[in-house]
Amino acid sequence: MIIEILLALSLLGALVVFVLPDDYAPVGALIASLFPLVTSFLMWFGFDGSGNAFLDGGELAYETMVGWISVGPYAINWHVGVDGISMPLVVMTTVLTTLAILTAWTPIDERRSQFYGLVLFLETGLLGVFVALDFFAWLVFWEIVLIPMYMLIGVWGGPRRKYAAIKFFVYTNVATLVMFLGFIALVFGLGDSVTSLDMPAIAQALRGGELGSLGGIGPDTLKTVAFIAMFAGFAVKVPIVPVHTWLPDAHVEAPTPASVLLAGVLLKMGTYALLRFNFTMLPETASQLAPYIAILAVVSVIYGAMLALAQQDLKRIVAYSSISSMGFVILGLVAYTEFGLGGATFQMISHGLISGLLFACVGVIYNTTHTRMIGDMAGLADRMPVTTTLFVAGCFAYMGLPFMAGFMGEYFIFQGSFAAEFAGSMIYTAIAMFGIVIVAGYLLYAMQRTLFGEFRLDTDYSIGRASFHDVVPLVVLVICIIGLGTAPDVFFGMIQDAVGPLLEGGV
Amino acid sequence: MAPLPEWTAIAPTLLLGLTAIVLFVIDSVDPRSKNRTLLSGTATVGTLAALVAAGALLATGTGTDQAVTFYNGQLVVDGMSLFFTIIFTSVATLVTIASYDYLAGESEQAEYYALVVLAATGMTLLASAGSLAVAFVSLELVSLPTYALVAFMKDNRGSVEAGLKYFLIGALSSAIFVYGISLVYAATGSLLFSDVAEAAAGTEVTGVLGIGVLMVLGGFAFKTASVPFHFWAPEAYEGAPAPISAFLSSASKAAGFVVAFRVFTVAFGLDITSSIDWVLAFQILAVVTMTLGNFAAVTQDNVKRMLAYSSVGQAGYVLIGLAALGGGQNSLVLGMSMTHLFVYGFMNTGAFLFVALVEHWGSVGRTFEDYNGLGREAPIACVAMTVFMFSLAGIPLGGGFLSKYFLFGAAVSAGFWWLAAVGVVNSVLSLYYYSRVVKAMWLNDPAGDISLNDYPLGLYTAVVAAGLVTVLLIPAFGLVTDPAIDAAAALFS
Repeated sequence: MIIEILLALSLLGALVVFVLPDDYAPVGALIASLFPLVTSFLMWFGFDGSGNAFLDGGELAYETMVGWISVGPYAINWHVGVDGISMPLVVMTTVLTTLAILTAWTPIDERRSQFYGLVLFLETGLLGVFVALDFFAWLVFWEIVLIPMYMLIGVWGGPRRKYAAIKFFVYTNVATLVMFLGFIALVFGLGDSVTSLDMPAIAQALRGGELGSLGGIGPDTLKTVAFIAMFAGFAVKVPIVPVHTWLPDAHVEAPTPASVLLAGVLLKMGTYALLRFNFTMLPETASQLAPYIAILAVVSVIYGAMLALAQQDLKRIVAYSSISSMGFVILGLVAYTEFGLGGATFQMISHGLISGLLFACVGVIYNTTHTRMIGDMAGLADRMPVTTTLFVAGCFAYMGLPFMAGFMGEYFIFQGSFAAEFAGSMIYTAIAMFGIVIVAGYLLYAMQRTLFGEFRLDTDYSIGRASFHDVVPLVVLVICIIGLGTAPDVFFGMIQDAVGPLLEGGV
Repeated sequence: MAPLPEWTAIAPTLLLGLTAIVLFVIDSVDPRSKNRTLLSGTATVGTLAALVAAGALLATGTGTDQAVTFYNGQLVVDGMSLFFTIIFTSVATLVTIASYDYLAGESEQAEYYALVVLAATGMTLLASAGSLAVAFVSLELVSLPTYALVAFMKDNRGSVEAGLKYFLIGALSSAIFVYGISLVYAATGSLLFSDVAEAAAGTEVTGVLGIGVLMVLGGFAFKTASVPFHFWAPEAYEGAPAPISAFLSSASKAAGFVVAFRVFTVAFGLDITSSIDWVLAFQILAVVTMTLGNFAAVTQDNVKRMLAYSSVGQAGYVLIGLAALGGGQNSLVLGMSMTHLFVYGFMNTGAFLFVALVEHWGSVGRTFEDYNGLGREAPIACVAMTVFMFSLAGIPLGGGFLSKYFLFGAAVSAGFWWLAAVGVVNSVLSLYYYSRVVKAMWLNDPAGDISLNDYPLGLYTAVVAAGLVTVLLIPAFGLVTDPAIDAAAALFS
């Protein structure tokens, strides 16, 4: 029941904020976002689930399952629930939404009620993706997310916003179609052994080897084809090189709050779906294809980092660095060990917080300087000491400073992928680890040029200290990152509990 | 409680007919009446009453367990006729509410509403037709008022031209239809669906029957605006007053489909497909109609015309219901096709009524560019329009996603995966032109100053109501699919 309340509160908030007068929208949206935030924390504190949501033998938390539509051979249920993988993501989503709303207070000055309404509507969709357990409901939420994000980029974005918004929409929508075809092929291949589109039921049937042939294609080929189709579809969302090209455009044009949510949560939809679909439902195919996926992951890490190194725009640097960081997540998934999968999930959370922090910092800097070009500014540390401190903290978190969340995520992933069983796992891990060096390179370079040295600003704006409400989200995020880095077990325990059953070969 | 007398089963039709008479009476008492509240109110109350009556009949199980027949089976009230009556009366209600503002300042308003209600009466009769004769007469009862309605704006060249075109093609296709009926009669010796079905299976003059079936199909293609009788549709929809375009493209199209469903499944039946393969004809029609409709829609600059072609494309999806028969999932595909029509009834009506709203404003033009920045001036109506566009395109902001998904899914499970594949490709294509409207409304900056000082209550009510229903159909989808599948199953039993 509490999950329905969570979704209803954010949707209701969106509707109320949408019709508020513009002047009340920022505060109204902040208050509206606190309701889902508190609800998600209540869920977290009262979390009593165990095991994996998709496999037998565990106990789902806050599960609801009622009949929704029954048409022909397949029943569709309203089936929601959370386990140790989705719970942290739900909490991260509500936290980041509230903070994203705060980051919007300064830059967004037109059509405000519509803006905040869409942010809350986006939150509804994102939460839905993480809690839905029926494929149909999941797909509805998955698609709904596109609409507010398309609007947020397209209406409130930078100069090339329309191009970026449409590119984002087309890329992800085509990807969804490819993924959808792959998944539906599996469902048809299962034939009579599933009677609903319930994802846990489908996952268990697939793991139980119930897949038949479809249209003369044997089960093994079908698995491979479906795996590749779903992987390709989700890879766009993650994004993995070479289907990453929508991301820098979308990020650079998007307003700061949309960037925070895009990097913080939307990208995680891709890795979450990869974990839930490809790596939960088709583990054998995943292990067959592991070396190839690992190559893609390593290429993403290194190539993404190299691209970041070549940028002059602060926001582009952070955007490309996301590609690199998501490569680590893929590496963790493909390792398919307890630390690999758990680390990948943990990295989703930590990257969500850290990239959210960096985008928010870039936003604050842009609000005052009106430029994001590294060459246009220097020595901001004197003029904006608090922001600088927080930005430096974010960069170090990204580089993997111990006692910060990024370190723990990457540590878990490397520990997991080093021990992975596929051929050459150690080599891939070693190459990927080298990516961190490049990360340190471009972040230190960017910091040194913009924050330190003698003050210089090539735009016609006088620079002042950021307002209180701009700094609050940064401080909260830094606290969360350090908290998660020093006590990873607040999430890692439940994550381990949820990924454990995947490895035991259970159905 | 004693069972209701049998005639109550046609209460929706009677109520609509009565409303039309009341409107005529009002008109004869006060011929120049411009009392919009009275006229629009009467029509709305009448259509709403018919809607409630049809809903109540369906809910109490009238006709669904056992079809209620009149005049030896000339009229049949069953689940399907009630299901479609709900579509017709819902659309008619939305249209009469919206017309309250749209007709402001026009003369002959009473006739307008009377004609709308009369056409709706004809549609409900069409849904209950049990013989080819009743089908033809009620088809004319739908057509004649709509000819007049399309040409309602007498001083507007476009409207008159559209009316003339619609009338000429309509008269031609009526002639083809009635000639087809005569050939079917020649081959089977009856007009009653059940008798036709019996005689058709054993007829010796397959050729005559075959030509008759094809000609009857042509008559339906006209009414549903399917290829090759679709080319009146863009003209008529563009020239007609926008609420009438909504009425034609949603209700009138559904009326064409309901009688096609009944004639082909009950009267001709799947048994004759071995000699007269009408399923193949519908397969060709479905593929050509959706492809042509969508490709033509892509090239339009005028929103209303785009919607007209999109409604041709949507008719192609609905045709899958007849094209995918014989694959062992008959009631499922037909039921999903009916469901899609139901959802389409709301989203397409809503979209045309939004165009009506824009025409009412007058200061906004009709092309995509003229819609630029409209989202700032009229956010609520534009949210509703966004819902309609995405729902028509098959993105889950409205029930259109579900109905399309299930329609294609049903086609696949009946073994017609290639029909579904063509549908999916067309759906993806359609996203392009639907999203152009959304992009114009929200993303583009207005070219000049568009200040709207008028937010008409009636049009807003209709647009928002249609939007709400479209969205609420997602959670309430099961309420539509169950009666639809039951009604379809009854046809095949």
